[in-house]
Amino acid sequence: MTMPYYVAPEQVMKDRAEYAQKGIARGRSLVATIYDGGIVMVAENPSRSLHKVSEIYDRIAFAGVGKYNEFDQLRVSGVRHADTKGFAFSREDVDARSLANLYAQYLGQVFTHEMKPLEVEVLVAELGIEQRLDQMYHIAYEGTITDEDHFAVLGGETETITSRVAAAFVDGWDLDTALRGAVTALAGPDRTLGPDDLEVAVLARTTGRRAFRRLGPAELGERLAAPRRGGRGSRSTPSAPADDPPG
Amino acid sequence: MGLPLFPSGDDPGPSFAALLRRTDPTTPLLPGIDPSGVPLTVRHGTTVVAMRYTQGVIMAGDRRATEGHIIAHRAMEKVFPADRHSAVAIAGAAGPSVQMVRLFQTQLEHYEKVEGVALSLEGKANQLGQMVREHLPMAMQGLVVVPLFAGFDLARGQGRIFSYDVTGGHYEEADHAATGSGGRDARTTIKLGWHPGLARDEAIELAVRALYEAADEDSATGGPDLVRGIFPMVATVTLEGYETVPDAEVAERFGTLLARRSAGGPAL
Repeated sequence: MTMPYYVAPEQVMKDRAEYAQKGIARGRSLVATIYDGGIVMVAENPSRSLHKVSEIYDRIAFAGVGKYNEFDQLRVSGVRHADTKGFAFSREDVDARSLANLYAQYLGQVFTHEMKPLEVEVLVAELGIEQRLDQMYHIAYEGTITDEDHFAVLGGETETITSRVAAAFVDGWDLDTALRGAVTALAGPDRTLGPDDLEVAVLARTTGRRAFRRLGPAELGERLAAPRRGGRGSRSTPSAPADDPPG
Repeated sequence: MGLPLFPSGDDPGPSFAALLRRTDPTTPLLPGIDPSGVPLTVRHGTTVVAMRYTQGVIMAGDRRATEGHIIAHRAMEKVFPADRHSAVAIAGAAGPSVQMVRLFQTQLEHYEKVEGVALSLEGKANQLGQMVREHLPMAMQGLVVVPLFAGFDLARGQGRIFSYDVTGGHYEEADHAATGSGGRDARTTIKLGWHPGLARDEAIELAVRALYEAADEDSATGGPDLVRGIFPMVATVTLEGYETVPDAEVAERFGTLLARRSAGGPAL
């Protein structure tokens, strides 16, 4: 005859948190930061098709680290939430804050009530009309939500990467500088990361409706190369094809 | 409203219409009416045309909406971007048409975001056909919606045009198409003026002339409104994407056309 063991709630939570943290730390990290023309998200990701950074809506992007199938499910539900809301009301009524809250509630719910917590950390970024209105919400595996002002680091070794980004960060830096800062922080002193190891996307403050744009390997290589003399900054606002808002 | 999550065996997939049905099954996707009701007098949109030219396709539509024999709206838009590389134009009952366009636009973008790649042009044309087919019961009540769909096929590197009937049947047109109450006159004009290797300027000119001729013969099609400065809407879809032809350019074309016709010049 077996007796059920008593496990203290503190211990249960600690075990779950440890489990989730371990799962997240196995994956590679991601840095997102606000630059003068929008928000750039840089992920260490050798895959060309399994994305960590994706488009949610006109001015909202999603980034996730940890277990792919888990954060991808969150991404798809975010797209569904946003499109349903925009269709029922209006495109301008879709905002990152409400989506971030939904993610936080769901992650918190799973963390406390399910057998296994989700091994993910997600970021919801929204491009404002102007830079001070840009928003980044960082949601941890247990549902803690943080509003980041300048940059966010997701994944394992966040402390070291955060200190590296913080050291390089300049308020209002341009895209090329921000990109190089983020890549150097992700790589650390002993490695270098090339365009093939990275997945980069921006929410750019251009005239188009859909602000999300991926930076391909060719463009990435060019931007990561040493700064061109005199001509820098001229490419800091990438342009996307103009897109009229649906009626 | 919670996070829309579904169990893996019961997922609506990349279809936005399927998602709407799942999240809110009571609301019909397109406005419904009582099937036993009397025929309604509703706003109707009229003539739209599409044709291929060297760089892609051009689409144009007049701006008039009618309600019976009354002019209901003078500046209605009938040509819309469906997504970056395709356009949809509508003729028929205004309310359901515009709602259908909204649903179609959302559907294409939804698919692209969920799947990570855009639908093929053929896939988009099929999607629109399904929406028109679902609308058939209302078409039987007189609320007919007949769209035109055109886009730039990135795989083939050329513009393609699809026309529809009320049952959702869609047919690829070789070079040009027109629909709506003035569609017949517009089609004849295009047929006489169209030739392979049409340049952008010539294509705009021909589209404008087709709409002018349609407005000349059909009371429900609006011509250029010089008093209010309202001109037909013209848009192009090329490799670079959907682009509206500026009003000033359309106005200039009409200016040339009207000057020639006032001076007793030939129609063609």
